[in-house]
Order: sequence, then structure tokens, then C-alpha cells
Amino acid sequence: MRFIDEYRDKELVLKLSEEIRKTSTKPVSLMEVCGGHTMSIQRFGLPSLLPVTIRLLSGPGCPVCVSSRKFLDQAIAYSRLPNVIITTYGDLIRVPGSTSTLDREKANGADIRIVYSVMDSLEIACKNPDKKIVFLGIGFETTSPASAAAILSAYKQKISNFHLFSSHKVMPPAMAALVDEGVKINGYIAPGHVSAITGVSIYKDIAEKYHLGCVIAGFEPVDLMEAILMLVRQFEDNEPKVEIQYRRAVRPEGNIRAREMLDEVFEFRDDWWRGLGILPASGMGIREKYAAFDAEKMLTVEVEPTREDKGCMCGEILKGLKNPKECKLFAKSCTPQNPAGPCMVSNEGACHAFYRYNRNT
Amino acid sequence: MPFTVITEILKKMIKNDKVLLGHGSGGKLSHDLVSDLFVKYFNNNYLDKQTDAAILELSGNQLSFTTDSFVVDPIFFPGGNIGKLAVCGTVNDLAVSGATPLYLSAGFIIEEGFSFEDLETIVRSMAEEAKKAGVVIVTGDTKVVNRGKCDKIFINTAGIGKIETQHVHIGEGSRIKPGDKIIINGSIGDHGMAVLAARKELNIQSDIQSDCASLNGLIQNILTASDGIKFMRDATRGGLATVLAELADKKDFGITLEESSLLVRPKVRAFCELLGFDPLYIANEGKVVVIVDQDSAEKVIQAMIANEFGKDARIIGEITDGYPGKAWINTGIGGKRILDMLAGEQLPRIC
Repeated sequence: MRFIDEYRDKELVLKLSEEIRKTSTKPVSLMEVCGGHTMSIQRFGLPSLLPVTIRLLSGPGCPVCVSSRKFLDQAIAYSRLPNVIITTYGDLIRVPGSTSTLDREKANGADIRIVYSVMDSLEIACKNPDKKIVFLGIGFETTSPASAAAILSAYKQKISNFHLFSSHKVMPPAMAALVDEGVKINGYIAPGHVSAITGVSIYKDIAEKYHLGCVIAGFEPVDLMEAILMLVRQFEDNEPKVEIQYRRAVRPEGNIRAREMLDEVFEFRDDWWRGLGILPASGMGIREKYAAFDAEKMLTVEVEPTREDKGCMCGEILKGLKNPKECKLFAKSCTPQNPAGPCMVSNEGACHAFYRYNRNT
Repeated sequence: MPFTVITEILKKMIKNDKVLLGHGSGGKLSHDLVSDLFVKYFNNNYLDKQTDAAILELSGNQLSFTTDSFVVDPIFFPGGNIGKLAVCGTVNDLAVSGATPLYLSAGFIIEEGFSFEDLETIVRSMAEEAKKAGVVIVTGDTKVVNRGKCDKIFINTAGIGKIETQHVHIGEGSRIKPGDKIIINGSIGDHGMAVLAARKELNIQSDIQSDCASLNGLIQNILTASDGIKFMRDATRGGLATVLAELADKKDFGITLEESSLLVRPKVRAFCELLGFDPLYIANEGKVVVIVDQDSAEKVIQAMIANEFGKDARIIGEITDGYPGKAWINTGIGGKRILDMLAGEQLPRIC
């Protein structure tokens, strides 16, 4: 298959593996920020192809994982309102809230529908004029432009029963906060699809102020191995900079049209991140102009007090301070069937990826 | 009892107070439901074995007995419909136990207002498939429920077959040993992706065909060709990965799968990539995983290739003495990782 097979070429991967082995002389810790990268790394078994000098850490780039339990509790509260249809990406459906999950609410009779695109929510809104549709907006610039487009489209078409509950976030504040917190990282494997929207400028500070290399990487094995090689070279030469490995998708200037839409609909606000706490200007709230589509403003619910699972290390794991296997709950009381924390639920969560692909190594 | 233990138990009770879609996925939750509830209460020697079909002895004859319900959505999909599936599914469950399928029952639960034309199409394909598979549908039942109380039509089939004494061990896989080869009769992921593509809400045009087929002919061929068959299982819900992970579970052998040996049709692969599915976990309805003595592998492959449903038969892995209890996959790019059972529900109502 074009655009896939050439990036899963065994010879090429092994050649890159050899080159990394030759280049890497001193221990280096690289963080893959994006959950999609974590998944690929584990799914293709890349750690088994890297020398012992290279440590890969999973970062805070799994949207489900960093979202607060309060967000989920509030979503669950919305789902219990009469005449409300919740639409969501499948990832959120099994994430534990304080006392329930969306799939348990679904089993209890709530109308919760999994959609592949936020635009499907608009269609559901049109077909159910007597219901209120609440779309759970999570994710970074990979999903937020679609949410923005949905709001703009609802505004234009006067679809008044569509509401977005936004937990959309932006990545750079978290990348900086990790370093400020003293997490030992020598370079970032920067997210590919986020960067396709944002362009490279968002990483400038990370490279210049924090002296950390950032290589924007694709999601196939060849992409990731090449990005690792680029970061190892930067580190060995002590020349941290922003580079694009994922050139077939990312332009230095990003996607200007998508950013204009984001800017039209959203404004930055402080937001809570699992493991990192409240980070200034790291979340995306809906601007006053579009308040009619903002679930938080249009629907009033009482949200139960948030209860976190004791012993769950998702916070430390998201910061790269701990490996999932170091958590006492891992593969014992916390499994994908019975998750204690969000990192075990999401396909992109580090715990889930480790459980599925790397439990016994 | 320490407080932490009590909260653990409480948490488990609270978490599991309702049946979830995942309990019907064929993956880990289904597995737990069967062990923790059905086997616990129905408790008998036959059920304890947890094979696809129970082996019964009746006046000196060995019989294989199984049942399956079908709730696929949509009821018509490229390559089949709910009726064909209901016959193939039960025929295959009997055949993989080593039996020759003979008699089927058919129970219908139909929603008020369902079209007679569609019903006839479904029944006609059941008759055609039964004829092809050489089985007779000898008894049945019909219930009609109020509109909205079931989705169009659900079908249950049960089946009986006879099994030769020398094949009784196959269902349990009691003779599997390191060095044995793992064979499959073709590509993976076709059925699940065909059904998913046929769902209107995805709005994707595709001509992916379900692999839905009765495999008793092919299985008869390989049983005749070789006496080295150690185990057979149809890789339905939960896909190939779940079959192998389940087989290795708690055993004193391990399993290694070679990703580069697997056949995934380009359209199935593209569709999986697009939606983020792993073909290893996607349901098949015409694929049998066979474990054979290494000396018999070639003979079995040849016997499969001679059958219309085994043209792409291939060796995909082997039984190992390393990593007992675990299934592993050597990835196509030369890496290595564990292969686990399906967690949660990947695709509801696929069969």
C-alpha cells in the first residue's frame, strides 16, 4: 500500500537501527510527546531494535490521559440530563470517572453515540431537533480544527441544538512544564499531525530556551527510527534544533487556514493537565461570540465531587518520571478491561500500549 | 480483611454491575463472563473444557454439539447475510472440533414489521448454504416481538455432528507441543471490515467481501490428508490474535506468530489503517487456524490449497517452548511484541 509499505520496510528499519547503534555513544532520554507515537513504537516493537543507550519516555500527548476526571464527570452528568445525546470519539467511552463511566451510563440507558467525526454530530443534531447534542471535544490541534469547523458550520446553518464541551488543549506549555519540573529529557520526538497544523514555530522556545532538540516525526516505523537517529545526532553534536522528519505532511508554516478557524472560535485559557496541574494558556475555551454552542455555558449540571484513584501513577507516567510497569496497579488491579486510570484505557495511553504489546519483556 | 482489599472488591462490584457491549465481544470480557458466571453455575465436565463444541457420548457414538446466535448489523453485507452467517458459523464450530456437521436447528426472533421479502432472502440463503455444507436444518422456532424490541432479526442456530474417536483431542488441543506449525487458510480481517464498511453511518464506499463460508469441506480434506492435526479454531470475533492468545493462556508452551507471513488484503489493510484497527483483532467468518505436527504442515497446506476456501493457505507461526503461556509476534519490520486478547469491544454486532 502506497505511503505505508515504504515506511514499514524491514531493510530500511534495520539499516536505521544499525546507524543509531553506531551514532549513539552516551545515554540519551527521548520523549515521544504524542500518544500515536507511543502506540506505533510499541506496536512495531521498536524498543527491541534500539541500543541500551536510548531510553524512550512516553509523554503527555494522549488527550484522554491528560484530561481531568472532572471533565469526564461533567460529561457523565450531561449524559444523565433528559433529551441530551452525547456524541464522542470512542476513546472516552471506557475512561473511569469518579464513580461511573460513559459505557456504564450507556448500559443504564443514556443516549451516548460514538462518532468518527464531529461532523456526524451535526447530522445527528439536524435529525433530532428536539434533543440537545453535546460533543465531547478532546485532543490537540489534530482534532480541534474539526471542532472549530463544526461550530462555524452550526453557526452558519443556525443549528442551535449542537454544543461542544471543550477539553481541547495545546501542547507546547506542557512540553515546557515538563522541563521546568525537572524531568530529564534530552530531546523530543514532536507530534506529526499537530505540527501539520501548527507548523514549526511553536517548538522554537523549546530548542532555544531549553536547549532541547525537537524532531517532528511521522507515525510509521521508518519515520520514528529516522527521527530517533536525527535526535541522537543532535544530542551527540550538542546542537539542539527543530527539524522536520515528517516532511510529506508537515510544512514549516503549518496549515494557516486551520489556524485561522481555531483562532476565530477558540481562545486560550488555563487548563488542568493530569500530572502537571494547571498550566497557563494551555486549554482552548470557546469565544463569547459562539457561546450558544458552548455546552458549559448552555447546559447547567451538578457535577459530583472528583475522586481520584489512590495509587494510580498516570500523573508520573505522563511526565515520563515513571514507566507503566513501575506502577503497583499495572496489570494487577488496572487492566484494559478494568482500568483504574486513563492511561490504561486509551489506545494511545502509555499503560495500554505497554500492557498490550510489552507486558512481559 | 484489610481495608484496601475491601475497597478493591467493592470497586469490582460497582464496576461490573451492568452487562456491557464488551461482554459480547469474544475478547477478554466475554472470556471472563463465561468463566465467572456460566461455567460457575452450569458447572459440568463438558462445559469446563470451554471448547467451541461439546463432545458427548450417546450409546457408543461420539457427538459434537454447539450453538451460536447471530445479531449482525447490517443483516445484508457484501459476501453474505445474517442467514448464511448463521449456518456457516455453527457448521464451522462443529467442524473445528473435528466433527462432521449433520443437523442444524434454527430459531428466529423477528421484529414486528420486518419485510417478508428480506425474510425470504435470508431463509433462502440459509437453505442454499446448508445444502452446500451438506447439513440439514431439522427443527426451528419463530418469535415475533414488538417493533423496537429487537433490531430487525436475530437468528440462533444449534448443530450436531458426529466425531471419530481419533479426532476427539482436537477441540482441546491436548497434543500440542513445541515445534508444531500454525497454519491459516488465507487472509485475515475480511468479514469484520466488510460488515463495518456496509454500515451506512461510516459513509465509505468499499467492495470488501466477507469471507463467510462453511469450512467443513476444507476441514474434512485436511483431516483425511494428515493425522497430525493437533488443534483447530475458527478465528471469528476477537480475530486471529485472540485465538492464539487464548490458546497459549496458562499452557506450558508459547506461540510465535510471523507478521510478515500474514495475508491482509490491500483494501482491508487500507480500511484498518484509516480507522485505526489492527487486522489481527478483526473477525473472520471463513478462516480456520490449524495447529499441526511440523512434518504434516506441507501436506495440510497442499490439502487446503486444493479447496476453494484455502487457496491462500500458509504457515504463519509455530509453537515454542520459550515464553510459556504467551503469544508473541515478530513484527514485519523485525521487532518483537506480545499478542494479547482483545480488550473491550472493538466492533459490536459483527456476527
